[in-house]
Amino acid sequence: MTLVRDLISQGLQMLLVLLLAPLLTGFIRKLKAQLLRRQGPPLLQPYRDLVRLMRKEVVLAEQASWLFRVIPYIIFAGTWVAASLVPTFGSGLLFSWSADLIAIIALLGSARFFLALAGMDVGTAFGGIGSSREVMIASLAEPAILITVFAVAMIAGSTQLSTIAEFMGSSAVGLRVSLGLALVALIIVAIAENGRIPVDNPATHLELTMVHEAMVLEYSGRHLALIDLSSQLKLLLYVSLIACMFMPWGAAEPRAGNLALAVGALTYIGKLMTCGILLAVFETSIAKMRVFRIPEFLGAALMLALLATLLRFVSGSL
Amino acid sequence: MMHAALWSVAVLLALAPAGIALSMLKHGSAILYGACLVVTSALVAIAILNLLDPAHPVLNATLPIGLPWLGAHFRIDPLAAFFLVVVNLGGAAASLFALGYGRHEDSPGRVLPFYPAYLAGMNIVVLSDDAFSFLVAWEFMSLTSWALVVSRHREAENVRAGYVYLLMASFGTLALLLAFGVLGGGGHYDFTAIRAAHPSAGVAGAVLLLALVGAGSKAGVVPLHAWLPLAHPAAPSHVSGLMSGVMTKVAVYGFVRIVFDLLGQPEWWWSMVVLAVGGITAVMGVLYALMQHDLKRLLAYHTVENIGIIYIGLGLALAFNAHGMPSAAALALTAGLLHVFNHSVFKSLLFFGSGAVLNATGERDMEHLGGLIHRMPQTAFAFLVGCVAISALPPLNGFVSEWLTFQAILLSPQLPSWGLKFLVPAVGALLALSAALAAACFVKAFGISFLGRARTEAAANASEADSASLSSMLFLALLCLIAGILPGIFIDSLAPVVSTLVGVSMPHQIGLDWLTVVPIAESRSSYNGLLVFLFVTFTGTLAAYAIHRLASDKLRRAPPWDCGYPDPDPAIQYTASSFAQPIRRVYGTTVFAAREIGEMPPPGSAAPARLHVELHDLIWEALYAPIAKVITFATERINILQFLTIRRYLTLVFVALVLLLLVLAI
Repeated sequence: MTLVRDLISQGLQMLLVLLLAPLLTGFIRKLKAQLLRRQGPPLLQPYRDLVRLMRKEVVLAEQASWLFRVIPYIIFAGTWVAASLVPTFGSGLLFSWSADLIAIIALLGSARFFLALAGMDVGTAFGGIGSSREVMIASLAEPAILITVFAVAMIAGSTQLSTIAEFMGSSAVGLRVSLGLALVALIIVAIAENGRIPVDNPATHLELTMVHEAMVLEYSGRHLALIDLSSQLKLLLYVSLIACMFMPWGAAEPRAGNLALAVGALTYIGKLMTCGILLAVFETSIAKMRVFRIPEFLGAALMLALLATLLRFVSGSL
Repeated sequence: MMHAALWSVAVLLALAPAGIALSMLKHGSAILYGACLVVTSALVAIAILNLLDPAHPVLNATLPIGLPWLGAHFRIDPLAAFFLVVVNLGGAAASLFALGYGRHEDSPGRVLPFYPAYLAGMNIVVLSDDAFSFLVAWEFMSLTSWALVVSRHREAENVRAGYVYLLMASFGTLALLLAFGVLGGGGHYDFTAIRAAHPSAGVAGAVLLLALVGAGSKAGVVPLHAWLPLAHPAAPSHVSGLMSGVMTKVAVYGFVRIVFDLLGQPEWWWSMVVLAVGGITAVMGVLYALMQHDLKRLLAYHTVENIGIIYIGLGLALAFNAHGMPSAAALALTAGLLHVFNHSVFKSLLFFGSGAVLNATGERDMEHLGGLIHRMPQTAFAFLVGCVAISALPPLNGFVSEWLTFQAILLSPQLPSWGLKFLVPAVGALLALSAALAAACFVKAFGISFLGRARTEAAANASEADSASLSSMLFLALLCLIAGILPGIFIDSLAPVVSTLVGVSMPHQIGLDWLTVVPIAESRSSYNGLLVFLFVTFTGTLAAYAIHRLASDKLRRAPPWDCGYPDPDPAIQYTASSFAQPIRRVYGTTVFAAREIGEMPPPGSAAPARLHVELHDLIWEALYAPIAKVITFATERINILQFLTIRRYLTLVFVALVLLLLVLAI
């Protein structure tokens, strides 16, 4: 019986992230527009876009290979699996042991690897520019987040996300300098990984400034829908990750009752909204960086994360 | 078993002279490579049976050859058995690949005799159980591989590669010779005696450094890697695969054998040296690789990175072992050895892929390739699997060994030594950085060579590789997948190796639910490659089915969009160097003293603007060039001695005699 319950809980989580991801993006878009005194698209616009794209035919470049057509599914599957392994409303997930935090990050790394390949498949100049910048950003962001994970994992004594979430929710954590540093590093990486301002602009089509959009320039129809959905899932994943590690309040314990699950779900929505508001405000108040300023921005994250890890190595209580 | 193994090696040795005769025949190469395939497969079977035998038998044999009072000692213990698997699996795959690839050899007489001898040499290094046979086999392995490196001696570049390789190989053997000389100080050169005699701390430290230099120079540890990216690509591709995938592992074997087995309990500072060397090697190797546009040289530099990762694992194992944490040491050593196996698989695969490309197009330069996925779909698929595996991405095998290394690093706050407390996180950061850069490197390698549009006529007219080459590559690709999704089997078969070296092994993995890998405890960390693979496959297929069924499956081919400016000229595409430009700018300015000089034509002129990129190999310039300068200077001075008159020679001899007598008298 518990197994069935756990399975349902895991399945619910998978559906939940899939359904919520476009909403979060729509929410941020709407909010950003309103901060700029614009009306903004309706909250549900991302869903409509996805449905419309799915129904359209795919216009495929003549020289595109089979890999180009398979990659959207690989990216979507990798991101969805990764997103459904991050605790959202409750920490007990049936399959959370199948991939720990390092593996989740590596799964996202696989998705990015294929996306960068997709950018190079058609053999256009824009695809190449996007891919080469993406791997440069990733070469800094990935170590930064891995070291952040080191810091957190050493404090929690585990790389298992459910265990970390439970530990962070318990009173054993206390206030630690290293956790603060790790949070800042994680936020910087999350901004870079999701291609938000100041690293990349998700709304841009100004050719020379784009990274993510340049890689997916040749995609259309259902392929584009999958890639858009994947990036929305990725944003949701990072927000959930920050929420479950640094805002663990209200999350349901494993095997909790229905009430606790409902509370967990409500607080989760609240956390998503909080992070969405913060992101929208941050994005409207800052300008995009030049590409070669990004290494400094991400280098800061790397150094903060390393500092957090070193503090943990030096002292058990910092 | 022991006799079967020795007989197989003897057959390989006998195949070497047969190779001379076979190179005259029309199907000679097929016969030779077929024979090598059979013998190496037999050796793989012998080694696997030995490794999986629950009794873990240690087999010994002594042959009356070599030094008359010593004889030649041979031994198969779990460590040797594991490396026999690595050597002969690589050997079998290379032989299978060469069944097709070797047909295109211009001068088979320069390759066929040395190939089986080279395989035999690597096997004897692993089998030998005394310092004399070890060194002789080591040198034999170096010389036969040198012969293969210069098999295309008409290209000046290859001759230089062979020269540098020969110098570095002799230097490495010299260091090992000194190491064994110090170790067997009492005249006992068989390993059993060395093991029994516990060397003093100073002697052991000296041996560690000598082994690091001697075995490290063969493995390609920075800064002793200089020969590797020259020599590995120069050989025929199946031999490149062996040199990069297998011979560097034989060097790792030498290091492990001396440091973990012969030296006994490690000192605290050993691990610091090994860890620092490993971390620097990993990052420098991948940065060098990123700057290359020659596909085979890129792969060779990337071997340097992976050797760094392996040494990080070994260094961690030494650190834990020195501080009495055997189970953590077992985890770190397992990670290192698993990476030895994994790297030998995917690096062989990638070199074979580059060989297939070289065969099909005659090009090693990525700037002249492109679009090969259309012309060589199966090679492209196998190469892609290798790229994903080497970039340490789940669910393939490279990720498993790096994940285990990360888990070992996470255990290190418990280490009491302050030096290690600062060094280990830094090494962890270097490891993470090298993993991310490796992914960038292989997006470049695959993207530029196989994707996009063909940049030259040769690339546009390439044809798929032959079936023998393909089956070898696809077999290795399958192995990458199996080792990635069922790592528990591989970790368990490493258990006897690890427990003979550090006393304990990792917890038993087979039999855990769903074949999960749990290095320490489930609450701490676990990874299940099988489930991740199944989940990703399932969700991907589900998405594809649902969308095609419920939404739309229409598709239309059209010219590319490219923001409205599509250009039919393939030169518009990103090249290997332009792809690496952002990374060159971020890391290269310090590491390579990289400079970009843009030359703009004067206003009004229609001349093209030019961009010059200047890269410096700082290690070569700081370390090798001065040494070469000193040697050249000294030899030029001494050169006068060759042109003296007989009178002066006689005087010289007389003076030398008087001096020696004086020394004796005092």
